[in-house]
Amino acid sequence: MARIVGGMGTSHVPSVGVAYDRGKMQTPEWQPLYDMFLPVKEWLARIDPTIAIIVYNDHGTDLFFDKYPTFALGAADYYPQGDEGYGPRPLPPVRGDAEFSWHLSEQLVWNEFDLTVCQELAMDHGLLVPMNLCWDHRPDWPIKVVPLQINVLQHPLPTALRCWKLGQALRKAVEAYPKDERVLVIGTGGMSHQLNGERFGFMNENWDQQFLDWIEAEPERVAQMTHQELMEKGGAESVELIMWLTMRGALSPQVKRIDRGYYNPMTTGIALLTLEDAG
Amino acid sequence: MAQLEPNRPIDGTYVFDWRLSRKGYRLNKLAFSLSRAENRDAFKENEEAYFDRFDLSEEEKDLVRKRDFLGLIRHGTNIYMMLKLGAATGNGLYQMGAQQRGETYQEFLATRNVGSAT
Ligand SMILES: [Fe+2]
Repeated sequence: MARIVGGMGTSHVPSVGVAYDRGKMQTPEWQPLYDMFLPVKEWLARIDPTIAIIVYNDHGTDLFFDKYPTFALGAADYYPQGDEGYGPRPLPPVRGDAEFSWHLSEQLVWNEFDLTVCQELAMDHGLLVPMNLCWDHRPDWPIKVVPLQINVLQHPLPTALRCWKLGQALRKAVEAYPKDERVLVIGTGGMSHQLNGERFGFMNENWDQQFLDWIEAEPERVAQMTHQELMEKGGAESVELIMWLTMRGALSPQVKRIDRGYYNPMTTGIALLTLEDAG
Repeated sequence: MAQLEPNRPIDGTYVFDWRLSRKGYRLNKLAFSLSRAENRDAFKENEEAYFDRFDLSEEEKDLVRKRDFLGLIRHGTNIYMMLKLGAATGNGLYQMGAQQRGETYQEFLATRNVGSAT
């Protein structure tokens, strides 16, 4: 039987991908982020996940507003890389597990979460940057991935509460899978940042730290927040943080924190939180 | 439960809701198209001809011609679509951000915690 072996929250800032590709992760600018993920790599070696369900959003890479899904689930054995405007990065395709994805889609739809199922889906920094921080892609990615895409671009977005409930349903769907898979759930995005308008560059570290406290110990408080409240506190684009709730909803009510980190060099609060079930 | 409060606007913020998505649809379609290399080439080759593929209004064309990123946002261009337009015109995220703030690039970098982490 499949089971969830851990949860992670992490930002997915595109400039990290650029620094990674240029071999700059150990320059003074990026060393703090590099160091933040050293214990994560040890933790991953210990919990040894076979599949990562990565809750992320597309950034106008594959999905366009002609038909925009609220929730979309990848169901392929490979996910190619999209072009974000600068040509492809030197990364292999992401390895998937179509059978597991289809199982999840069946369970989730039967449990009243009406997902769009995607047999082709191109990946962008929303999913790839967290992977870069966790795993080496040479010679190939060492883990299979299920991409779970949430609309955080075009309002109306799904509510924070809905994302939280999706996580709870995701846990049941994972546990109903007959094969012995060890599943890591990663919620990506945020933290505080705003990229549109005169408020560009807005960050709020106090709120980010509060969010990290709440998502760990009192996730229902975050689940009750509106998009308006999230954007006021953290900037318009920080509403991505609703994706962390899906990760947190997939864990047990009480959790054990493994690691936590924060760094906000430029325009985005970059955070890391790793959690395990605590009964 | 309502998630947005139009009566409580956030200063300097253009929430990309369905109203802006309708308004900016053609601009967003153009910007999204630039995620293909052959379209970037065509755009760079002849911007005016490229506009014709997307049925842009004269006002919309002018926003692109002027690289008026704040104007584009106000007109309903989604920030992540606009990043493709930035890439095709030599304007990175931080350049577009500085312009939206009404600052030079250097002024903007000076407001950051680690301005060299670009
Ligand atoms: Fe994002």
